[in-house]
Amino acid sequence: MKLASSPKSPSRAIASGAALIGLMLGASSALADDAKELRIFNWGGYTAPDLVAKFEKETGIKVTVDTYDSNETLLAKLSAGSAGYDIAVASADFVPIMIEQGLIQPVDIAALKNYGNLAPEWKDRAWDPGNRYSIVWNWGTTSAMIDTAVYKGPLDSLAVLFDPPAELQGKIGMSGATSEVVSLALVYLGKPQCTAEMEDLKALSALLEKQKPFVKTYDAAGIAERLGAGEVAAAEAWSGAAYQARQQRASLAYVYGKEGVYGWADNVVVPKTAAHVENAKLFIDFLMNPENAAVLSNYTGSQNGITGSGAFMTPALASAPEINPPKGETIVFGKVCPPEATKAYERIMTKVRS
Amino acid sequence: MTQRARPLLLTSPALAVIGVFMLVPLGYGLAYSFLTASPYGGAELPLSAEGYVQILFQRDFDDSLYFSPTYLLILLRSIVLAGLTSVISAALGLPVAWFIASRPARWQGTLLFVVTLPFWVNSLVRTYCWVLLLRDQGLVNMALQGAGLTQEPLPLMYNDGATLVGLVYNFLPFMVLPIYAALERLDPRLIEAAHDLYATRRRAFLRIVLPLAVPGMRAGALMVFAPALGYFLVPDLLGGGRSLMIGNLIQSAFTSGRNWPFGAALSTLVTAGVLVFLVIAARRGRVEATP
Amino acid sequence: MKRAYDPTHSPGLGAYVALIILFLYAPLAVLTVYSFNGGNLVTVWNGASLRWFEAVIANGDIQDAALNSFMIAGSATVLATLIAIPAAMGLERASRRLGVALGSLFALPLLVPEIVTAVTTLVFFASIKLRLGLANLVIAHTVFCIPFAMMPIRARVRGMGETLENAARDLYAPPFAVFRRITLPLLAPAIWSGAILAFVVSLDDFVISALVGDAGTTTLPVYVYGMIRRGITPEVNAASTLMLVFSLILAGLGRSLSRRRTRR
Repeated sequence: MKLASSPKSPSRAIASGAALIGLMLGASSALADDAKELRIFNWGGYTAPDLVAKFEKETGIKVTVDTYDSNETLLAKLSAGSAGYDIAVASADFVPIMIEQGLIQPVDIAALKNYGNLAPEWKDRAWDPGNRYSIVWNWGTTSAMIDTAVYKGPLDSLAVLFDPPAELQGKIGMSGATSEVVSLALVYLGKPQCTAEMEDLKALSALLEKQKPFVKTYDAAGIAERLGAGEVAAAEAWSGAAYQARQQRASLAYVYGKEGVYGWADNVVVPKTAAHVENAKLFIDFLMNPENAAVLSNYTGSQNGITGSGAFMTPALASAPEINPPKGETIVFGKVCPPEATKAYERIMTKVRS
Repeated sequence: MTQRARPLLLTSPALAVIGVFMLVPLGYGLAYSFLTASPYGGAELPLSAEGYVQILFQRDFDDSLYFSPTYLLILLRSIVLAGLTSVISAALGLPVAWFIASRPARWQGTLLFVVTLPFWVNSLVRTYCWVLLLRDQGLVNMALQGAGLTQEPLPLMYNDGATLVGLVYNFLPFMVLPIYAALERLDPRLIEAAHDLYATRRRAFLRIVLPLAVPGMRAGALMVFAPALGYFLVPDLLGGGRSLMIGNLIQSAFTSGRNWPFGAALSTLVTAGVLVFLVIAARRGRVEATP
Repeated sequence: MKRAYDPTHSPGLGAYVALIILFLYAPLAVLTVYSFNGGNLVTVWNGASLRWFEAVIANGDIQDAALNSFMIAGSATVLATLIAIPAAMGLERASRRLGVALGSLFALPLLVPEIVTAVTTLVFFASIKLRLGLANLVIAHTVFCIPFAMMPIRARVRGMGETLENAARDLYAPPFAVFRRITLPLLAPAIWSGAILAFVVSLDDFVISALVGDAGTTTLPVYVYGMIRRGITPEVNAASTLMLVFSLILAGLGRSLSRRRTRR
């Protein structure tokens, strides 16, 4: 019962292995300093291929895209000194940390040609007033998405998610990330983000414990799928996932409650270790053109911050309620919370989910 | 070359690679477990045992310590699940390994390839496919309802059972291959001899095949149990995230929880625990005679 | 003489194995079908379409990622297996105390949770300023592939005994010839098993690959995992199906090549 194999195969394996390694080392060193290059580091599926192709054609700069899965990975890599990225995309709550730790460099964005196209509210956000380090890439909100075929009542409050009526009990999907659950819960309770006051923590804990028996899943990864397939009838969903889900199931509706919604914004930044800063600035300028911003939004399904891009977006997207919050709706943007708050929230959520 | 020097010489490449590229990072990990959490990830001085204290004790809202069994429960559940995964995949995998090992030599390579080909596909994608199969409107339920065997969809997902299915699926080749490697040298004449001596099929299996497979199963158990403890994707996607596993805890400690010392402490505990178990098992195992 | 009892055939075993293969391939079948899904969600069917295959063919990034994955996995497998063979033999022939100590050391990459290995390796590489691009990842992968490659070989060596090798030595065979002509062929099935395991493990790793490695080293699992936050599209299904087809072709080539060689 023996596998037929000649004694020569290990030596052959060694030879091909050595060749492989030599090839790879050669290939990676061939990526020497070529001035016509731009390396983008972004979430997966968040950089529109059409956008990249258009930029490459207009400027002749070759673009490569690497991907990561979370802000924490980005932060860990930049902190450890990972090099080679010219453009990165970081969430708003992480931008102040990166500024403070000197991981990103100021770029003179206000001097760029297309700066005038950036909508005024995006020129003065709390995490980077004056756009010294960043501009918004895409932004959106997080709220509740409800299947109106299952629940026919009013959709004017987040209570439908946190204090669900009978027909939604047992069919609720929440995020698996502590910060996402807590930030929306705090919006619902009307408490400030990152609060560590004992009263607030107790209210938070009570709310989430009360909700737990009615929750089916604590996992953000499959939310659009579950909503679209009808596995859950109410879920905490961010606007892009909500839009996706609604394409699959038209009876879904996004809630703009009286308490408000949670806002998120991803921003383009230039790491300190960027090798091609001028190309990065060209790219940022390129992004602020309304047509290009629309190309990006059409691909990602999320809103951008450039005035006039609505004219170039697909009609379905331009009119989608998920990415066009009603005027006057309270949007609460978050920030990375100080350690006492983070620890408290982790403790609360671990207890809820254990 | 003396008998004593030879093992060291043979293992020196492995020693060098793992010594440098595993022990040093591990040293960092151990160091982290005794430091204080930096506000935005990472760890810094001063030295502190807080990472370990947090495993058993929580600070109440007024900063006093009280014993909290939450993490111990999570640890227990993970151990049970990982243990079950090892046992089930060993039980399922042993016949498969025996089947492959007992085929003619020219088929064994192909069969091994057939058994491992599914694992060339990314594990995340595979797990999503199980979601497709197991959920309420999934293919399994549709098939069952279509065949008239059930009226309501069976709750096949978002529970520990689904997590177990996902884990066993992902770890099956890690059992089949080492058992196969151990069984392959079995001479069929041994079994024939046993039969000539009036042994039943069952007896022959228990006294000849099984003891030979045991080293393979031990190796497989190690390759299944330890990694299964650290899994978090399968419990999240298939188990619905309602029950946290140790993998979730450690993962979130290093990412969103921004509590590296706690994650490092948990990880040190888990690693040390399995190591101790291994050493004890090795001590007792060596006493048995090997065939 | 007709054998009434074939020890290698047990009743029902074939059927059982067929069932297991069904279990293993059910998700794959689903995967292939759903790569033709016209809709945007990976697990909700919305008509048949080839658009995701077109997307994969147009998407240079996913192809680069797949290429990176294969290159890293291939190199790490070769290195890990080469290191594991003598290590496994040395382990099994070592004294009990040394064997336990070394065995525990070599098992470490298996025991430590991946995120810890990933984070600490990242910090370590940064502190020694190791910047070799893909080679960084190859090193990290080789480290955790070694125990996987070693395990089947150890299981095999444990039962092997030294009689055959001693016989060869008694006949004045030099040590390397003993290794090449006796030990290696005896170990071959275990070596292949170890190599396959190491390859699969490396191909699938995303935690370590996501953190360790500079620009230009995105692998396929990292690419797929990076899409989790925004939703995985059937493009990933299509890419996986294409990879399956590719590996089938590769394996078929390998089989016909080795068949030609073993005709002796």
